[in-house]
Amino acid sequence: MAAGCARVEVKREPAGPAGASRDLRVRNLNSRQLLRGGDLEGANRPAQLEGSDFEHYVSERVLTTTLDKTVAWARSNSFFPLGFGLACCAMEQFQAAGPRMDIARFGYEAFRASPRQADLIILAGRVSIKMAPIIRRLYDQMLEPKWAISMGACCSSMGVFNNYALVPADKFMPIDVHVPGCPPRPEALMHGILKLRKMVQDDPDMGWRERYDAVGTEEAPSGA
Amino acid sequence: MPDATGLELLAAELGDATLETVYFRERATVVVDPVQIRSVLASLRAHGFTFLASVHGVDHYPEEPRLGVIYELLDMGRVDRITVKIRVPLDDPRVESVTADWPTADHQEREVYDMFGVVFEGHPDLRRILMPEDYEGHPQRRDFPIGGEPVIFTRDESKWLETRE
Amino acid sequence: MARDAGVSPSGTDSPSPSAYRRREESITLAPVEEQIDGVEGSETTEELLTLNFGPHHPATHGVLRLLVTLQGEVVRDIKPIIGYVHTGIEKTAEDKAYWKVIPIVERMDYLSYYFNAMAYCTAVETLMEVDIPPRGQYLRVIHLELNRIASHLIWLGTSALDLGAVSIFLYCLRERELILDLFEMSSGQRMHTRYFQVGGVIEDIPAGFEAKLREFLKVMPERADEYGAILNSNEIVLQRLRGTCPLDAETLLSLGVTGPLLRAAGNPWDLRKAAPYSSYDHFSFKIPVGTVGDNYDRFAVRLAEIYESVHIIEQALDGLPEGPFITEDRKVSLPPRHELATSMEALIHHFKLVTEGFRVPPGEIYSPIESPRGELACYVRSDGSSKPARVHMRDPSFVNLQALRHMSRGSYIADMIATTAMLDPILGGIDR
Repeated sequence: MAAGCARVEVKREPAGPAGASRDLRVRNLNSRQLLRGGDLEGANRPAQLEGSDFEHYVSERVLTTTLDKTVAWARSNSFFPLGFGLACCAMEQFQAAGPRMDIARFGYEAFRASPRQADLIILAGRVSIKMAPIIRRLYDQMLEPKWAISMGACCSSMGVFNNYALVPADKFMPIDVHVPGCPPRPEALMHGILKLRKMVQDDPDMGWRERYDAVGTEEAPSGA
Repeated sequence: MPDATGLELLAAELGDATLETVYFRERATVVVDPVQIRSVLASLRAHGFTFLASVHGVDHYPEEPRLGVIYELLDMGRVDRITVKIRVPLDDPRVESVTADWPTADHQEREVYDMFGVVFEGHPDLRRILMPEDYEGHPQRRDFPIGGEPVIFTRDESKWLETRE
Repeated sequence: MARDAGVSPSGTDSPSPSAYRRREESITLAPVEEQIDGVEGSETTEELLTLNFGPHHPATHGVLRLLVTLQGEVVRDIKPIIGYVHTGIEKTAEDKAYWKVIPIVERMDYLSYYFNAMAYCTAVETLMEVDIPPRGQYLRVIHLELNRIASHLIWLGTSALDLGAVSIFLYCLRERELILDLFEMSSGQRMHTRYFQVGGVIEDIPAGFEAKLREFLKVMPERADEYGAILNSNEIVLQRLRGTCPLDAETLLSLGVTGPLLRAAGNPWDLRKAAPYSSYDHFSFKIPVGTVGDNYDRFAVRLAEIYESVHIIEQALDGLPEGPFITEDRKVSLPPRHELATSMEALIHHFKLVTEGFRVPPGEIYSPIESPRGELACYVRSDGSSKPARVHMRDPSFVNLQALRHMSRGSYIADMIATTAMLDPILGGIDR
């Protein structure tokens, strides 16, 4: 067709080196040869890698793992934090999401507003007795698997305040990581989140159901 | 702040409502009779103190009458402040609410009720504002334990359990 | 809620609903029906929808719960329910020595921590009749104005976030990082720094602080120009802010509102000019005042205040006097550490101050300052011992929240969201 013409012409070319067969079985054999190393010229008698060279060749190209580990790796690298700031720690949580100490480089920038869509609740700030049942409700509404980080001294213990109005978060919900500080620097929060990430990669089920005697309370089938 | 003489003149105008005047660190305070608080504030408003900056409570434990409510007034024109204090006893902690004249007192009186137990009569919606609504006790009183409940030591535990049953 | 409708709150024999449900019942919405115009008879209740903007909501700044009564999309009434972050700060403060109260009180209005400490410190200083040396006053002013800028930056960022402009949020956080760096230089902490003490500031500014501060002062007005340019040319922001939810100064004054909200309505009341404290009268700065009192004016006033704060800091830095930064009265402030090795009195003072703390003569004081949200005041009652008998913070957001109802009546939900953002509520201050 002439150049500049308004039509499109499709030219079909056989994939692979010129002269390679279109027959599926031959192509299958060729792929196996590719993996084992060697060239395709003279496809019937390819050069082959032996022994450690072969192993090295394969290990550069193929990764084996278990399904659990893959899923755990994927989950740990994409927490969806629940945007839940209570008090001063929320300001440092914002700074952690800000440009300097950027949690987006780890993949955690998608703060969800709805607990149904989140899997990580970062309790940033002091939990008062009026708020505790609401946080518990939010945590219950989150779907498995879910994790909780208690950010700051006020929700980990009662923090600076030792009085009638506060509840440490451990009293009403299971917490996986406690981040100390008042308020913790964004770097400290990052350290806590990365620690959680490591924990999830090693073992996504962190055993809190045994610790809190809550086996059988799962909403979704476990091990999914 | 009105200076000391100004304060005395003002107190004289308020008449029998004034129980005491205090001029301390260049700040003027008038202690008035709780029953007449609304008219006192109205006459101070006529004097130019048109802005109610704060309504807050104090517990004067162990002096009687124990509960105090303090109204801070501000005269924006002359940049003058005056404090009006009332004291009510614990067994009859009723004060007339000034919310009708000063809408800013709405939430603030609720807070005084919540924290001290002072009942403001005529308040449109007197409920607890900071504590959960079914909370018992008034936290800011001096004899309210800071932990919300008395600390139970192991040696007292059995005694405490008996009294609770 | 049919199940709950017939149950009395005392819930005697019938299986009572949970305490939580009973609490929700106790909120009456009766006054609303009178205000509906043009709708008659008993049809009104069927037209109204009560929506709960729960304590957990992305657009309420903190854990604010609003019970919004809607007629379609029009807001008819709002009942704010607060107390979800009530920390008992005032009660805790009664248990601590005077200087230990400073970190407690700082955590109240958690964006303007220096202001909380300032209000409390001025109250105690007035009670004790302690003078602050000029260098201490200027350092206080510098830090206060830096905190004001930081607070306005977070306000701007979160408000823009509510309106949908997400990049402004990240820009403001970037600027706030510069300010937090400066705070870290002077006091070691980014937030809640305990920098202000009774009698002055705890430490002098280090070498390099001034250079870094000047760099920041050069950068900040340009950035503020950027934000203004971005938002002022954004049609959506302008339409959402211009003309929405205005409230006149009279109503605001009767509701006790101060600060940028009052200034946006046209009343130039600012305690830094009206009743200057801590040598604010040495500096010349303007008070931005709005005209209409709608959301756009509130936004513009706060944005303009950033420039004024930069100007104040420049003047304070240029005129920073030499001398002590905290009062020399050793009964109030800790002696410098090198004195402890040589002077016996210094050792005794140090010991007394650290173990028991100083005693304050009995009396009561109400001491107001101008915080980024309005009149922040601290009421301290002392009974002569080393612990205060009552500390009450008159928080501006607590009082300003009462204006939300009046502002949003008759407007749409989206305007109510914008108004809540422009109100700049800080729940830590509201709930204390």
